[in-house]
Amino acid sequence: MKLCHRLFQSSVGAKMLMAITGLMLTGFVLVHMSGNLILYAGPEKFNAYAHGIKSLGALLWLMRGGLLATFVLHVYLAIKLTIENKAARPVPYAYEATIQATAASRFMIHTGLMMLVFVIYHLAHYTFKIVSPEISALAPGDAYAMVVTGFSSPAVSGFYILAMAALSAHLRHGVSSLFQSLGLYHGNLNPITEKLGPIVASIVFFGFSSIPLAVLMGAIK
Amino acid sequence: MDITLHVWRQKNAKSQGKMEVIEGKNISEDSSFLEMLDTVNETLQESGVEPIAFDHDCREGICGMCSLVINGEPHGPEYGTTTCQLHMRSFKNGQHIFIEPWRAKAFPILRDLIVDRGAFDRIQQAGGFVSVNVGSPQDANCIPVPKQDADKAFDAAVCIGCGACVAACKNASPMLFVAAKVSQLSLLPQGKPEREKRVLAMVDQMKAEGFGNCTNQYECEAACPKEISVEHIARMNREYFRAAALEESPKEGHGGE
Amino acid sequence: MNLDAKIPSGPLEEKWEKHKFDMKLINPANRRKYDVIVVGSGLAGASAAATLGGLGYNVSCFCFQDSPRRAHSIAAQGGINAAKNYQGDGDSVHRLFYDTIKGGDFRAREANVHRLAEVSRNIIDQCVAQGVPFARDYGGLLDNRSFGGAQVSRTFYARGQTGQQLLLGAYSALNREISRGTVKMYSRKEMLEVVLVDGKARGIVVRDLVTGEIASHAGHAVILATGGYGNVFYLSTNAKGCNVTATWRAHKKGAGFANPCYTQVHPTCIPVSGDYQSKLTLMSESLRNDGRVWVPKKLGDTRPPDQISEEERDYYLERKYPSFGNLAPRDIASRSAKEACDAGRGVGPGGLGVYLDFADAIKRVGEDAIKKKYGNLFHMYKKITAENPYKSPMRIYPAVHYTMGGLWVDYNLMSNIPGLFVLGEANFSDHGANRLGASALMQGLADGYFVIPYTLPNYFANEKFEKVTNSDQAFKEAEGVVSEGSKKFLSIKGSRSVNSFHKELGKIMWDKCGMARTKAGLEEALVKIPKLRDEFWQNLKVLGGNESLNQSLERAGRVADFLEFGELMCQDALHREESCGGHFRTEHQTEDGEAKRDDGNFCYVGVWENKGVGKKAELHKETLQFENVKLATRSYK
Repeated sequence: MKLCHRLFQSSVGAKMLMAITGLMLTGFVLVHMSGNLILYAGPEKFNAYAHGIKSLGALLWLMRGGLLATFVLHVYLAIKLTIENKAARPVPYAYEATIQATAASRFMIHTGLMMLVFVIYHLAHYTFKIVSPEISALAPGDAYAMVVTGFSSPAVSGFYILAMAALSAHLRHGVSSLFQSLGLYHGNLNPITEKLGPIVASIVFFGFSSIPLAVLMGAIK
Repeated sequence: MDITLHVWRQKNAKSQGKMEVIEGKNISEDSSFLEMLDTVNETLQESGVEPIAFDHDCREGICGMCSLVINGEPHGPEYGTTTCQLHMRSFKNGQHIFIEPWRAKAFPILRDLIVDRGAFDRIQQAGGFVSVNVGSPQDANCIPVPKQDADKAFDAAVCIGCGACVAACKNASPMLFVAAKVSQLSLLPQGKPEREKRVLAMVDQMKAEGFGNCTNQYECEAACPKEISVEHIARMNREYFRAAALEESPKEGHGGE
Repeated sequence: MNLDAKIPSGPLEEKWEKHKFDMKLINPANRRKYDVIVVGSGLAGASAAATLGGLGYNVSCFCFQDSPRRAHSIAAQGGINAAKNYQGDGDSVHRLFYDTIKGGDFRAREANVHRLAEVSRNIIDQCVAQGVPFARDYGGLLDNRSFGGAQVSRTFYARGQTGQQLLLGAYSALNREISRGTVKMYSRKEMLEVVLVDGKARGIVVRDLVTGEIASHAGHAVILATGGYGNVFYLSTNAKGCNVTATWRAHKKGAGFANPCYTQVHPTCIPVSGDYQSKLTLMSESLRNDGRVWVPKKLGDTRPPDQISEEERDYYLERKYPSFGNLAPRDIASRSAKEACDAGRGVGPGGLGVYLDFADAIKRVGEDAIKKKYGNLFHMYKKITAENPYKSPMRIYPAVHYTMGGLWVDYNLMSNIPGLFVLGEANFSDHGANRLGASALMQGLADGYFVIPYTLPNYFANEKFEKVTNSDQAFKEAEGVVSEGSKKFLSIKGSRSVNSFHKELGKIMWDKCGMARTKAGLEEALVKIPKLRDEFWQNLKVLGGNESLNQSLERAGRVADFLEFGELMCQDALHREESCGGHFRTEHQTEDGEAKRDDGNFCYVGVWENKGVGKKAELHKETLQFENVKLATRSYK
């Protein structure tokens, strides 16, 4: 169990776990987004997709459990590392300057914590259906109607789009950076990995945000 | 040229420090940044004020003794340049220049702009060496080293241990410094036998000293006066993972010959 | 003063082997009972401390910098010589020995130099084993370059940072011993006294440069590896902290100072640009492999270099020394530059500079190839001067760089004080009157890795040691002297800064005891220096206190020692009525301006015994015997 200890306790190991959990969460986000985009194919296809997921039964719970564990680990390590990082420089510079680091990389913990808040809200909103009475009033199984109802409110849609902007910023740095944490920084690889972050970030932002926008603009009813 | 300095003054490790404004008059544009401080110090002493204490030695960019965060950037605005090789022609007449010490919990301030970088020595002592006794090692040309490996090892070995990477990092992380040594020795056949032990021990020591963790922003690379690439950090990460995976738990009761 | 060099008998080639066998050993179990104090952590100090620690001695190592890795050995650029003959171009131990003796203008001990050439090969093996990334060719084997004063390629290098890589190798060996607990490292501690008990060196007194605390350390032997005294000139290529304090204070305790007038002026440095200047920057001698040195033929020609045609240029080194050309030894190249400038043909502001031109080399091999070889040097030049050396020639001028003189030592590297050993640049032993390029690194590491580990045990085995601790009377007295010294500097409360005194001393030394020395000039300096010293003790201003980090106070101590040492240097230069190597007396030159040695009267090591401040030191002589080489006029024509 020495390996476990090293991964959790050491600086380099914890960063690797961050990278691995981050990679898994990115995978989930991309799959989730692809599923959401089925909305454009109409209510039948989307509801069938939603039903398909529900009918996975025990497997679904296993996946949910795994996802939750990954998420909790990612958040836990992020907070732990951030606390250590802050402690490493108790007195700040009088003249703060950044040479070249991107804004996305400097605000990882902020965009990350925003995601934490968002995920809690998102689960309450669509999974536990305890936020809005309109959604809890809908017939179970009509996922399509649930999405359309939820995003009909400009405030809710606005919040979702804002959250996706935060997620996008998080991924912009995170996806490129995880390769470095895993030791995959190399002259031949860099042109790809450097661009991968911004590409994934853009796809995720536009993919997710298009749905509330489409609902608000009446393209999806 | 005339400039206005904002300098961190602190009597000793225990006292509180603060930024003080000091005027620099008639500074030659061709003087180095440290020669500018020499000139200012002469003037301060004439008026009975103790000179600004700052670390420096070789003044040719190799000893790694000079430091100074200048307007928020370690070693100042010039790329790939130590403070001692930074010249005043990089600044404008009338400019305000903020001069601060390296800031990190692991680098306690001793006086004014001087910090204690003993943590770096202790990290090296943890494993930054090849265990070879002095005596009669084999002939130097016995083991050929591919030129590209030797060159890469050299690129890492140029580290001067100044600490700019720590000063530049928002997390005060010395990953570039640690990685430079790990990478150098892991690339050379002579360093291979101890590669696992070395990387584990040095990374552990880095944490024990109270440094922060890397968040891959590469500010260290941008600030490094020797332009060491963060590619070496990636190599250290690989080395670390490999070593952690191969590490065996210590067996008990097997001492002796 | 006993100046028995203790050179072993037998043929030159067998002396060291024989001596190694004749010397007594210390049993591994007994080694930890011996405490060794090493002062200085450069190539010589770090390698000695690491090696002795590795053997099992109980070592304490001291440096004034914040880390042993800062020692000025780190700044050596060009390379390290070794008689490996990997290039198959006719090199051998004997040739390296001969080149070094000849390069030193026949003023070094044959036996020492031969030993140096022998162990040079082991150094390269040792460094490679430590992971020093020397330059390699495409076959993966070590590469070599050629250097001044030699016609073979025997210089191993790591781009332009050989000193750095070798020092970091020694530093890593030291770190290994520190982690094993055999060496205890003391950083930011300055040695201010050597303590003698019963005539033997038994410890030192140091001042903690952070807290001002004064402490004593006792041991069975003291090794000084504290570098050279080039900073007596104020402007030199040495680091700002380099000083003579450790060796000078040992000298005042009775150690003989040998050949202090032998100073090396390096030909390829960036010229002085103004009053504010705090140091001079060296450009590696390796540049002379591809750069051609020239000045305009016409006096006072101020046209930019690209407007001066080939016919109007004087490639004076190639003209005067056709066989060595631009690779003439340092003393000769430096003096030729001075001659050209004194004649009014110098270039750049103030006319104190000559061109080092790469145009031909760039035309021949391309800018990229030049960049690969010298990129970092060109970069450095550009940073300092804001000129682009790829486009216009560099301007260079000689600057003080290395000091061949130092504390006198015997073949075992022990001074005339029993138990006080002196290594590296701090001793006088191997370079005679002039050091060849890439030989300083060789000597520092030879002394530390391969000589002292044999000779120190022999000293231990042959001596009886009384028990001495750092609370003994001798230590308390020495501590008193040190703390009085600090108090005195602070109590003068005059009006001049330490720096201003140092600058003034440096100017006297450079003008009167620099590249060319005259009787009248030296006599003048011998009047001026004591005067300046008197003023120093009347009018010095050091602010702040003793119980804190006080850089002015540190420097005051060093400058005070330089003010005494400078006088000895001039005295030595005045007494040596000949020209040899780095010591050039204008009265003694041949018709074409070359150094004229006087082997009949001066073929000896001049060793000075201190008689107190302001009193004339007493000269002792160690006659140099040449049994294997013929004393000849050094010719590089």
